[in-house]
Amino acid sequence: MTNGGLSRRRFTQSLGVVVASFALAPRTAFGQAPGGLPFSLRNNRRLEGWIRLEPDATVTVFTGKAELGQGILTALAQIATEELDVGFDKIRMVSADTSRGPDEQYTFGSQSVEQSGSAIRSASAQARGVLLAAAARRFGARPEDLQVKDGIIASPDGKRATFWEVASSDPDLLRGDITGTAAPKKPSDYSIVGKSINRIDLPGKLTGAPSYVQDMRLPGMVFARVVRPPRYGAKLVSLDEAAVRSLPGVVAVVRDGNFLAVAAKREEQAIAARDALALAARWSDEAVPLPDMADLHGELKRIRAETIVVGATGQSELAPDQARRISAEYTRSYLSHASIGPSCAVAWLKDGHITVWSHTQGAFPLRGDLAKVLAMQIDHVGVVHMPGAGCYGHNGADDVALDAALVARAVAGAPVKLQWMRDDEFAWAPFGPAMAMRVEAALASDGKIVDWSYDVWSNSHAMRPGQAGGVNLLAAWDLSAPFVKSPPPHIPQPFGDGDRNAMPFYELPRKQIRNHLLLDTPIRNGSFRTLGSHGNIFAIESFMDELAEVAGIDPVAFRLAHLRDPRARAVLQAAADKAGWTPGQKGDRQRGRGLAFCRYKSIGMYAAVVVDVEVDRKTGVIKVPRVVMAADIGLAVNPDGAKNQLEGGIVLAVSLTLKEQVGFDRRQITSRDWTGYPILAFPEVPNIEVILMERDDPSLGAGEGSLPPISAALANAFAHATGRRLRELPMTPERVKSLFS
Amino acid sequence: MTHRIIVNGQPHQVDAAPDTPLLYVLRNDLGLNGPKFGCGLGQCGACAAIVGGKLTRTCSVTLRDVGEDQITTLEGLGTVEKPHPLQRSFTDEQAAQCGYCSNGMIVAAKVLLDRNPNPTEDDIKNALADQLCRCGVHNRVVRAVRRAATEPAK
Repeated sequence: MTNGGLSRRRFTQSLGVVVASFALAPRTAFGQAPGGLPFSLRNNRRLEGWIRLEPDATVTVFTGKAELGQGILTALAQIATEELDVGFDKIRMVSADTSRGPDEQYTFGSQSVEQSGSAIRSASAQARGVLLAAAARRFGARPEDLQVKDGIIASPDGKRATFWEVASSDPDLLRGDITGTAAPKKPSDYSIVGKSINRIDLPGKLTGAPSYVQDMRLPGMVFARVVRPPRYGAKLVSLDEAAVRSLPGVVAVVRDGNFLAVAAKREEQAIAARDALALAARWSDEAVPLPDMADLHGELKRIRAETIVVGATGQSELAPDQARRISAEYTRSYLSHASIGPSCAVAWLKDGHITVWSHTQGAFPLRGDLAKVLAMQIDHVGVVHMPGAGCYGHNGADDVALDAALVARAVAGAPVKLQWMRDDEFAWAPFGPAMAMRVEAALASDGKIVDWSYDVWSNSHAMRPGQAGGVNLLAAWDLSAPFVKSPPPHIPQPFGDGDRNAMPFYELPRKQIRNHLLLDTPIRNGSFRTLGSHGNIFAIESFMDELAEVAGIDPVAFRLAHLRDPRARAVLQAAADKAGWTPGQKGDRQRGRGLAFCRYKSIGMYAAVVVDVEVDRKTGVIKVPRVVMAADIGLAVNPDGAKNQLEGGIVLAVSLTLKEQVGFDRRQITSRDWTGYPILAFPEVPNIEVILMERDDPSLGAGEGSLPPISAALANAFAHATGRRLRELPMTPERVKSLFS
Repeated sequence: MTHRIIVNGQPHQVDAAPDTPLLYVLRNDLGLNGPKFGCGLGQCGACAAIVGGKLTRTCSVTLRDVGEDQITTLEGLGTVEKPHPLQRSFTDEQAAQCGYCSNGMIVAAKVLLDRNPNPTEDDIKNALADQLCRCGVHNRVVRAVRRAATEPAK
């Protein structure tokens, strides 16, 4: 039985009438387009598609970007408040909803402030201008003589009207297209942008208010779970369904090809039925041969690949033959998103229309792929973003959305909540691909790099739903009428894929960079925070220290000698100064410090970091007591929010560096719980100091750029401490011990 | 089968099998959102609540185990309007990103402060060692717990 608390707390979702308000014009999903109208406005021109004045004297601001725990809705609300001149408490954000919001494709690549922020800034500035002009006509005054404060327009002679009063006199006022001609405020006039406003969503999340897709409770909702094959490639041979159907509470067993799921009235019943279903299923012995974990570097290089020259300069001249040539190879493991909450979705098929609530990064692309798999018209499918557990890239969110939709078909009329179990997430969500890197460089006698040759091998880091040529959803490949996977896209620089940040940011007269995009995919991959940047910067910045050592030059001075960009030089110097970097200081076999630099995507934020380590040669444990980072993210819309993101990226990266690798034998993924995939815990987390450079330049996005340089700085610190170098991630105690044995 | 449990000071009659993990009763029968499903294995701490004064992984105890022990969840500590000092200090320090692990952090910190009202940073880190966070807000959480311990009640 239930009590009154349930209905009070029941999630009230307005399902509403679903109207596809935005055209689905195809366009590139990757990166900002140059010049002119902000990227996100190109296909979403209607002003009221972004800003709507509500009868209750609030303002609804629509964004196509999703709250992933990064605080984006707060930052975007600040921008709207600033440009509109209304109270912050009047803003209501609506996020990534295919039925009523703009299509901004994916929330990825640290582009939400850049893209959605620019769009909302333009839309808000225009809305304010339109309202002022209308008020001026009403008052018989000139717009430039009017004052606006908190949504109230006042004329010099004392006439007053609120935005809502002005708008109510002309319903078409905000119905025009955004032209991009309304001048937004100058940064020097900002009052709320640039302030560390507390996140609007946290009070609810910290007190147990319904906040997540996991918290949704719809009338008549059933609970579902999936049973996935034991390994990639295994096929369902037989199933004793009857044993499962008779279990308490079971309302449906769904079997379609190799896709298996069960729905029950209660959640624990669904979980018990899942266990029974797993026992009742017999799978073929087939398997996709997996690489040898002990030789990842060699294994990656042996996979069939397409080689793309990412960049080359100075190749018409021969490399100087007097120079000293040095090379090194580096490796990164497969990485799991390892979000604390497994992926979850709610799906409801009703009257020929399906609505899916999902913590996807791309509500619109997901809708397209769902429609294909479900064979439904796209305007009969709605995807509404709801927060989930932390998102660090392409996790199981989209996959579980299809899983839930497939179950919803079997229990038509009833909403279905489907959450993956922990092992589903660890074994089946896309991983950040393993990477192999090789660098070779030539060093002149003056310590300058005169030649640079770089190769990176990895599978595509971009295998999301919505990509052309197939469907990138797990269950779609398992159906009796299966869909093919979309081939990897070719993402040009500077965004790149496995080659993101493969182009060194240093001034190098002669260089060649090649990306070997692996064509066979033994292990399922996807986008993990920063894509290839993490592996590439690990290699480049480790190698810069190796070169500096050969040249006998301090690592800071060596980098500065190859850097012209003043903002890059400034963060490097700021980090070194803050950390108390002393050129020539020797490690003491146990303690050391290292440094690294990255300009994310070569066009994004700048970060330089100093990492201290303590190495215990006996246990092989590396401790990281302190991390100091200087970051230039341009104008910080919300400095504390940005710092929170930068700190988080640092902790995640220390964890990746020291601990993380997806485990597998030659047949299957073996890391399926937190014991098999440990992450950094409280006692291991370093003290972190982040300095934000104070700048008014356009915002550069802070969601990812602190992560890439950490592994290299840590490897450099380890080398500084011990005189030995680790070129393979993670730097586990076993690897450390074997280095000294 | 009907069980009587006491949650956040209120008795409830729950109709569920005795081996039902407490987590699903709290979430689905009582409509509470604080305790979260994270692993179902007692490894991550997202589902934590206070049962009989002890920090408890509610995914790994059953209705039968709980008996008449008093259960306190995140909701029992405070509300948006009247937050518990820990909920307020987590807000003041912005000690969350996705917030999915925050339930466990706050509840574990509550148990710590009940036992040790003035913990050092190391005490806090050790007390939270088995509470996993993936967004990387650990240092903010430590600051928030210190702040709740040292700031005079408002």
